Amino acid sequence: MHEYSIVSALYDRIVAEAGARQATAVHAVHVRIGAVSGVEPGLLQTAYTLFTPGTLCEHAPLCIEEVEARWACPACGGAPAKGARLVCPSCGAPVRLASGDEIDLVRIELEVP
Amino acid sequence: MCDVCGCGDKSVPVDVHDRILSVNDQQAAHNRSHFAQSDVVAINVMGSPGAGKTAVLEATARHFGAGRLGALAGDLATENDATRLQAAGIPSLSITTGSACHLDAEMVHHALHHFPWTGLDYLFIENVGNLVCPAVYDLGQAANVVLLAAHEGEDKPLKYPVMFRKADLVLITKIDLVPYLDIDLDLIERNIGTVMPHPEVFRVSAKTGEGIDRWVAWLEARRAPAEASRRAVPAGSAPQPHHHHHHG
Repeated sequence: MHEYSIVSALYDRIVAEAGARQATAVHAVHVRIGAVSGVEPGLLQTAYTLFTPGTLCEHAPLCIEEVEARWACPACGGAPAKGARLVCPSCGAPVRLASGDEIDLVRIELEVP
Repeated sequence: MCDVCGCGDKSVPVDVHDRILSVNDQQAAHNRSHFAQSDVVAINVMGSPGAGKTAVLEATARHFGAGRLGALAGDLATENDATRLQAAGIPSLSITTGSACHLDAEMVHHALHHFPWTGLDYLFIENVGNLVCPAVYDLGQAANVVLLAAHEGEDKPLKYPVMFRKADLVLITKIDLVPYLDIDLDLIERNIGTVMPHPEVFRVSAKTGEGIDRWVAWLEARRAPAEASRRAVPAGSAPQPHHHHHHG
């Protein structure tokens, strides 16, 4: 389960941001996770819950925004049907992933003196 | 107030908008610059435990002269894969990951400082056997190669779409077993086409050698642009040296 190492990287970043602002507490952590990013939101939440007791994030909920996978043709914008070959239904060009691979830290809410 | 989950603290929002794995990404970019400067093609080899990663590399060794190939072998608990590769003539270093289900860029970087790789043509990074986690971590490789054994089933690309989405090449391995299996290789390839944007699939058997020549040709083609650009680099325009902390 690599979600634990994702949480570890997330925590390192939060500590750095909080330290830079002399924050005394973290109130919330907002992340964005794509449907084809390879990170399972449920497992990420579990890993976060296991990781955070006794840390700066102990009382900060992890708010996960899930992003659907969206494929689009770079030429004409056409999108294949779900489960179809990854080519444009209009012009036949290979489509590109437009969204859905996010593993992003979006925002943290800090108690700042 | 948070509009995602409704938590309602009064606090200062700090927008970050960055990849959580940005530290890994930076380390991977650093590894990539190492590989480019030494003109080594790094290949991240991924697949389930038992997909045939080590066997395919052993078969690959028979097509290349001594001194061209090397490998870093990620393994949870043993050094068996590195030992097998050494015996096949591929100098190898084991990266024992302990409980980690994947290699990350830092582990690879550490290994690069303990292994003579700069004179190679190809460095294979044999990832931990796993169709999920390794896909998430950039290591600095030039290409991802995913191995899927014929007996693993037609639906594996659909069950593990992230791994196949990130693949530059898929090798369907152990095709010598096909006469004994109830398996439709064409269906595997059709399924790959629904999760991999530029599907490129070879059917190979490390045991009989069938298809290995195509894989070898694919590898040779990965070097062709590097050879061409190296010849095109005018004198005096060598890459800038870079500085970083070397591990003990």
